Amino acid sequence: MNNNIKMLTDTFDFYYGDYHALHDISLEFYANKVTALIGPSGCGKSTLLRCLNRMNDLIPYSRAQGKILLDGEDIYDPDIDVVTLRLRVGMVFQKPNPFPKTVFENVAYGLRVNGVKDKSQITERVEKTLQQAALWEEMKDRLHDSALSLSGGQQQRLCIARALAVEPEILLMDEPCSALDPIATQKIEELMLELKLSYTIIIVTHNMQQAARASDITAFLYLGKLIEVGETDAVFTRPKVKQTEEYITGQFG
Amino acid sequence: MDEQIIRNTRNGLIPFIRMKEDIKRKNIRHKKIKGRRRIMQGIIFSLFRFSAAVNGIALVIIVYFLVARGWTAITWTFLTQAPMDSMTKGGILPCIIGTICLSVGAILVAFPIGVASAIYLHEYARPGRMMRIIRLGINNLAGVPSIVFGLFGLAFFVVWLKLGVSMVAGALTLGAMTLPVIIGASEEALRAVPDTYREASLGLGATKWQTTYRVVLPSAMPGILTGAILGISRAAGETAPIMFTAAVFYTPSLPSSIFDEIMALPYHIYVLATAGTEIEATRHLQYGTALVLIVLVMGLNLLAILYRSRLRKRMS
Repeated sequence: MNNNIKMLTDTFDFYYGDYHALHDISLEFYANKVTALIGPSGCGKSTLLRCLNRMNDLIPYSRAQGKILLDGEDIYDPDIDVVTLRLRVGMVFQKPNPFPKTVFENVAYGLRVNGVKDKSQITERVEKTLQQAALWEEMKDRLHDSALSLSGGQQQRLCIARALAVEPEILLMDEPCSALDPIATQKIEELMLELKLSYTIIIVTHNMQQAARASDITAFLYLGKLIEVGETDAVFTRPKVKQTEEYITGQFG
Repeated sequence: MDEQIIRNTRNGLIPFIRMKEDIKRKNIRHKKIKGRRRIMQGIIFSLFRFSAAVNGIALVIIVYFLVARGWTAITWTFLTQAPMDSMTKGGILPCIIGTICLSVGAILVAFPIGVASAIYLHEYARPGRMMRIIRLGINNLAGVPSIVFGLFGLAFFVVWLKLGVSMVAGALTLGAMTLPVIIGASEEALRAVPDTYREASLGLGATKWQTTYRVVLPSAMPGILTGAILGISRAAGETAPIMFTAAVFYTPSLPSSIFDEIMALPYHIYVLATAGTEIEATRHLQYGTALVLIVLVMGLNLLAILYRSRLRKRMS
């Protein structure tokens, strides 16, 4: 196994106005690994995730301090183009949010906005991406149906396909299964195992079992601070910090 | 299947049925309270239903009134000829054409500016003093009486910009009056587009403009069109704003350019009913004109509604 650092946060702080949401976070994300961010609601794990592709820029009066490096480059550097950054760091959201367009157009969207005009190239890419998201067999006859007519699990896998279509290097997943039933959840977890061969995956989850099953590295956040990080097995079986143990054994959270 | 039923019976269904029976028994015991509550609810809902019905009733009465009194005036001549004999005979074609031109012109002015303003306010502007001032301006614009718009149009478009009393001056005045309606409806429609669409699009490396143009606007379009419908109806029916800016008492010719003065339905009704020489003799013409105006407005609304529902269908 390689242990290349794909992305890292270096003494990173984040504020919503006066509210200090993230304190001094230094965390490494390795290539081709699934890193799970866990912690009780409001601990800052989603905030951290959304800092990694600067999605928090959209929130007025928010402010970042410190560095986040992607392949050694600071993504908060003023010279960085946010649009290109988000192409490299894709995102899947908590609730499935396909556009009110057809299945095909949803997957093709990222290509189209990035200037791909060639029809056959788009068609090919859509098919390949749907296959990658294990959705091709189900979708090949429904490409021109509205994405809103799919089931929740299918919609979420479509959103993953949509994110993969632009060939990102990192995939951020913000509680991608919280709105799904166990079977759909299982499918997405299987998909993650598949995808980590070619991508770096960072997932926020409320579900301890999911973190334990699907991730290689687990980071536990509490009140905006990084409490513990390590190999998932180690964190779940021999947590070093008492708070981590209490959280994963369900004593608070 | 049978197994399923047996399992249901054992675990869920029977207890569930029992529970329902319990609830029934309880209801009987508390019938008095429920009765009083039910009456209260009945009264309140009847009031609501009545209020809702008033809308429909008002429309029916208005239309009935116009049809009953104006029906006789509607002839082929009436719809295709210019007024004759000091407007006591002939038709209202110039007025129909004039009102259509003014409404379409007003929408052409107000729709792009209104939608663009709403996009700026909702998608781009950062909240702050500037935005509060603009908002205050829009809200006040909505409250300005239409006659004031008429005077403004006269002073600004007709005199200062030297457009003269003309179709373009009237359309610009009506457009200015329609703006707040369109901005309000468009902003409302933009607000209804879930933020998750915007995030998903930005997350795919789309720029803010691409996100607005390709995802947000199409989703908001049905709502924006509702605003346009309201706007166009208002523009078509207004008299005061066009009185000094576009409409004339009488002109037999149809407009040949946007700088021509024109006749318009609402102003024509006003003229016939107050300033004509034969007010009583032209009553049926007045009602006939009003009927044409209301049919025209409803027709415009219908077109927009059909288009809107087609958009909605295509999206879901």
